[in-house]
Amino acid sequence: MIGRELTCKELVELITGYLDGTLRGRRRRRFEAHLASCDGCTRYVAQMEATIRATGTLTEDQVTEEQKTVLLTAFRDWAASN
Amino acid sequence: MTGAPPLSDDLALIERLRAGDETAFMNLVEHLQPAMLRVARMYVSTAAVAEEVVQEAWLGVLRGLDAFEGRSSLRTWIFRILTNIAKTRGQREGRSQPFASLAGDDLDAPAVDPDRFDTPVASSHGHWSTLPDDWTAIPEDRLLGRETLAVIGRAIDTLPPMQAEVIRLRDALGWTSEEVRNALDLTETNQRVLLHRARAKVRGALEHYFASEAT
Repeated sequence: MIGRELTCKELVELITGYLDGTLRGRRRRRFEAHLASCDGCTRYVAQMEATIRATGTLTEDQVTEEQKTVLLTAFRDWAASN
Repeated sequence: MTGAPPLSDDLALIERLRAGDETAFMNLVEHLQPAMLRVARMYVSTAAVAEEVVQEAWLGVLRGLDAFEGRSSLRTWIFRILTNIAKTRGQREGRSQPFASLAGDDLDAPAVDPDRFDTPVASSHGHWSTLPDDWTAIPEDRLLGRETLAVIGRAIDTLPPMQAEVIRLRDALGWTSEEVRNALDLTETNQRVLLHRARAKVRGALEHYFASEAT
C-alpha cells in the first residue's frame, strides 16, 4: 500500500472519512493527491457533497395532536409537582 | 459515556424546561419525537408499543432533568434514555434484535458498482471506466426540488433501519457523528460504515434519477 497511488475504486470507499475529517495525515494527503489529478473522483466527491446538501433539506414528520396533548399534560403534571 | 460538550443553546433550554416553560418543551417534542418514534420502532414489535416507549422516555427525561449535568448534549442524553427503555421493552417482548438485522448485511458492499472501474487486466486498474456525471450543471432548484427530495426519501425508506436512522440524523437533521454514536450506541467505526453505505445508496438513487431525467 505504502507509496502506491490510490485508485479511484479505493477513493470512493474513503470519502466518508475524508468528509468527516477522520481521514488524517498521510492517508488524507494520498486522498487529496489523487483528487487533484482525477476528474472522475472530483466529480464523485462533488456528487456526494450535493447528495448530503439535498438530504439536508428533508423535513421531519409532524407530531400528532394526540401525542402532543399527552406530552403537554405530562409536562404540566411534572412542572406542578416539581 | 463521553459526549459532545453541551451546546450553549442547551443550557438555556434546560433552564427554561426546569422553569416549566411549555413552549420550550413542546418545541423540543416536535423536533425529536419523529426520530424517537423511528428509533424505538427498531427495537419493539409495533408502532403502538413504540409510542408507549417514547412516552415513557419523555417521563424519564422529566424525572432526570433536575439532575442532568450536561456532560452530553441534551438530545444525546434523551436518546440514551429512549434506547435503554426501547431495548428493555424489546427484550421483554422476546424480540431481541441482533445488530446485523438493524444494520443490514451489506456493510462490506462496494460504494460504486465495480463495473464502473477498469478491470485488473487494464494498465489503469481501479480507475473509472465511465466517469461519474457532472452534477455542477444541475440547477439548484432541481437539485433541491421536491422530486429530488422524494427520490431521497424513498431511497432512505428502503435502507436497513440503522442505516436509515444514521443518515437521517447526520445529514437530514445535522447531528454530529459523536452525537449519533452516543444516541444510537454505536462504535465510531460502525457509525461511519453505516453512514457510508447509506450515502452511497442515496447517491446511487440520485445518479439514476438525474441520468433518466437527462434522456
